[in-house]
Amino acid sequence: MSNGFFIDVTRCIACKACQIACKQWNNLPAEQTTNVGSYQNPPDFSAVTYKLVRMTESIVDGKFYGLYFPDQCRHCLLPPCLLWAQDSDAIYQDKDTGAVVYTSETQKLKAEDIIGVCPYDVPRRGKDGLLAKCTMCNDRVKRGMEPACVKTCPTDALNFGKLEEMQALASERLEKIKSIYPDAQLLDADDVRVIFLTAFAPQKYHRYAAAFDARPRKTR
Amino acid sequence: MTNHWIDLRNSDCILVMGANPAENHPISFRYVNQAKDNGAKLICVDPRITRTATSADIYAPLRSGTDIAFLGGMIKYILENRLFQEDYVGNYTNAPFIVGEEYGFEDGLFSGYDPDEKHYDKSRWAFETDDQGIPERDPTMQHKRCVLSLLRDHFARYDLKTVSMITGTSQESLMAVYETFTLTGAASKAGTVLYAMGWTQHTTGVQNIRAMSIIQLLLGNMGLAGGGINALRGENNVQGSTDHALLWGNWPGYLKVPRDSDHSLPAYNEKYASKNNDPLSVNWWQHYGKYSVSFLKSMFGAKATSENDFGYAWMPKCKDDRSYAWWQSFKSMYHDGIRGFFAWGMNPAVSCGNVSKIREALTKLDWMVHVNIFATETSDFWKGPNMKPEDIKTEVFSLPACTWVEKEGSITNSGRWMQWRYMGPRPRGQSRSDGHIMMELGSRLKALYAGGGVFPEPIRNLKWDYTTNGEFDPHKVAKEINGYFLEDVTVDGRTYRKGTLVPSFVLLQDDGSTSSGNWLYCASYTEAGNQAARQGQEDAPNKIGNYPEFAWAWPLNRRIIYNRASVDLRGKPINPEKWVVRFEGEEKSGKYTGGQWVGDVIDGGGLPLHHPDGSLNRDGRYPFIMRAHGVGQIFGPGLNDGPLPEHYEPLESPIAKNYMSPQRRNPLMRYSALLDKPATADPRFPIICTTYRLTEHWMTVTQAVPWNREIQPQVFVELSHELAAEKMISNGERVVVESSRGQLECVALVTHRFQLMQIVGKTVHHIGIPWHFGWRRQTSGNDESVNVLVAFAIDPSAEIPEYKAFMVNVHKK
Repeated sequence: MSNGFFIDVTRCIACKACQIACKQWNNLPAEQTTNVGSYQNPPDFSAVTYKLVRMTESIVDGKFYGLYFPDQCRHCLLPPCLLWAQDSDAIYQDKDTGAVVYTSETQKLKAEDIIGVCPYDVPRRGKDGLLAKCTMCNDRVKRGMEPACVKTCPTDALNFGKLEEMQALASERLEKIKSIYPDAQLLDADDVRVIFLTAFAPQKYHRYAAAFDARPRKTR
Repeated sequence: MTNHWIDLRNSDCILVMGANPAENHPISFRYVNQAKDNGAKLICVDPRITRTATSADIYAPLRSGTDIAFLGGMIKYILENRLFQEDYVGNYTNAPFIVGEEYGFEDGLFSGYDPDEKHYDKSRWAFETDDQGIPERDPTMQHKRCVLSLLRDHFARYDLKTVSMITGTSQESLMAVYETFTLTGAASKAGTVLYAMGWTQHTTGVQNIRAMSIIQLLLGNMGLAGGGINALRGENNVQGSTDHALLWGNWPGYLKVPRDSDHSLPAYNEKYASKNNDPLSVNWWQHYGKYSVSFLKSMFGAKATSENDFGYAWMPKCKDDRSYAWWQSFKSMYHDGIRGFFAWGMNPAVSCGNVSKIREALTKLDWMVHVNIFATETSDFWKGPNMKPEDIKTEVFSLPACTWVEKEGSITNSGRWMQWRYMGPRPRGQSRSDGHIMMELGSRLKALYAGGGVFPEPIRNLKWDYTTNGEFDPHKVAKEINGYFLEDVTVDGRTYRKGTLVPSFVLLQDDGSTSSGNWLYCASYTEAGNQAARQGQEDAPNKIGNYPEFAWAWPLNRRIIYNRASVDLRGKPINPEKWVVRFEGEEKSGKYTGGQWVGDVIDGGGLPLHHPDGSLNRDGRYPFIMRAHGVGQIFGPGLNDGPLPEHYEPLESPIAKNYMSPQRRNPLMRYSALLDKPATADPRFPIICTTYRLTEHWMTVTQAVPWNREIQPQVFVELSHELAAEKMISNGERVVVESSRGQLECVALVTHRFQLMQIVGKTVHHIGIPWHFGWRRQTSGNDESVNVLVAFAIDPSAEIPEYKAFMVNVHKK
């Protein structure tokens, strides 16, 4: 069976090592940014930013929480982008790894639609007209290596392996963490290859952290 | 670190104070998380809710510069509730020692204070001793002048109410921290502390750490797995460079730089070798002369002979009463005392306090050599803000250094692990390794002095043979640091051949028959090979993550120092679950007749202090082998500013009075009035400010790396929603922060991470600014270094400047 991630945000310290490792492995240029009153930068995904640690502050029961969400493509089991595109030259799912891969043929697709169907608001169109997002480091994975972000994560917040192993790890960790965070939950665990564990309701982290009620999904 | 990174996982309670490991040492959180998985508590005490604080079980805010008040309250809590480990404190610390009658403390001053010289006569704090010079003890620790009693008297003033008033930490938060951390006083528990510049960069820097050391000794946490006092180094080789005499007052291995009055080598050795007549005290510094002579043999090789004091006269001496610390050097430069300057891997034009004055000092130089991987604000100071290049005479030479991946050599990490690195790609362009540049510099100087010059001997006689085929050879340096037998040497019947590497510093000699560039590193590169390059994955039998075959740790591959304090008097582990060492003794009628220590490399050798029948073992050893008396120093008569920590206000503070004593500031604190204009309780500067680093950058270097700039592009100030509302500042807008020294324009980041503080009944704002940024790369307008605002006041023991607490104001641009 193919691969998956388990991302335990309760272990994340927002060091952004994953974000930079992604840039480094995928040879993506830096964006020109300014500080707009946040530690989160760049402010959002772009055609050259596939991995982004989203950072929000939240006061829960009078206590401060720094909520960190190392966001990326979920490599869905039934990817809406792939289903919408219906063009395996542009978007295909790697049979071995399960990675949802965008090719240069995405140039031909209507970008707004592809972005629009993504429940997690992930893909972005570059100046060259190509759609871009996390590749699961498919080139690494096919050679038996972990994705760059997972390899660099110092706190075991990011985990990678066989999908069922990740599902088991996620459930096991959820059970443990529930005693500390009663609202802890796995996000869309049955639908995605990138399973997030959050301590609180997903909307507290990011509007599109989980698929439900994020925004109307496009249907064909 | 007394312990090491992996060992954090063994802890039951991790107190982070004066540090921010989640951001500045992210890898540490691998082990912090593992400890938490096993049920450990994480406590974070910091003025700001950092990324470490957001992972913590308990967060307690405190005002910058009030750590001693905070920790003093914990000491009082431990003593009042008798939470200390009685056996440990009685046997392994100086708590039972009797202090002489001349010791006293009144109105914030210890006895022996000379107000004119701003100096203490430390002899007034001496212990009462017997005719052998061994301190008198009261094993019951009841005597009114025993250390434990004096400690109790001293911290009696540190009640919750006063501490809370000073620190701004609520009484509830103080109690939460005290109750949780002191649970580690149980024999089966260990607590550790992680600190960094948040403790050191204060005018009470050394005493902050002393205060915590006292707590760790009281709770019996020193020497244990998951315990200790752990300094997190801000650069991967700060530990190594400090070991190798980065600081002005040191020779390698923490030997002393001689003073003018140390006329001869015998006088020098006599002065610094530690003396003690207690046969149970290992008193390691008694071997001082072996290490200093071996060091001189490394410096001058065959030119160093017993007839010429091994070249002692060729080593530079410091004036008796002068400091040559960083701040003094820049003061001298400013006043035209220093003509030339090597800025080597440093960027003082960003990273130094009161930085405008530092840059001005650079204009007074004749020349500066700048060695770095990039141009910096220091190499380019002459075209910086408020500079007129046409008026500046300083000639700047830039030498391009290669990066760490382009060279071979060792680093020593915070956990004292010396690790060997191979060269990746070759250096680019004309860049060269630091070793190569240094080697070349030395060779050219030798050539210049070949024909004569003023006092040419030190340069001419310098042993300078660290090349292979004309290239700098790090292996030759590493071997020299380890040291060689220079003659056949026979010790305990075994002969070590001339020219072989010394396997352990216990074999170093004071007769010139051995060399060692740094005795602490003797055993790191032996006939068995380069120990630092080892990659063994096997853990030791105690399975606490010491991994003794991976890399090499000083001293002698010991992974947890003071490990002898982790066993009871009979050599049995205090905590058998996570034992560090244990004695496997051969026993005959209740007495140890022999045996061996297993686990970590034991501190000091010998046998346990007691026989199995409880009688004193004359071949036993006290655990704290580097201290003359062999025990942990709760009372520390060696520091310049007092044998016990005491709360003093920072140079600049929001309150005009010290609520602990009439002495407002550290009486021995120093600052240059010419360079600095302090503002205490000054209505123009009512806001407390501190500085820090971000996970997204490393020092000032990564400013040049686009990916790092992308994630943190520019300098900003973090301030509370309340302060923002008061000043009508919105998130993300440009603001000006002002101190009595200068102005900084930056972006406002309005956040809940800073909260209002109640200091002595008055509401005070606390803000903070990261210090990585300079003026060379502008993002929006006039970005600058925060250090234009920072004061330059100095701790009297380590002479570290107070960068962490100063007073400012902030307004819209």
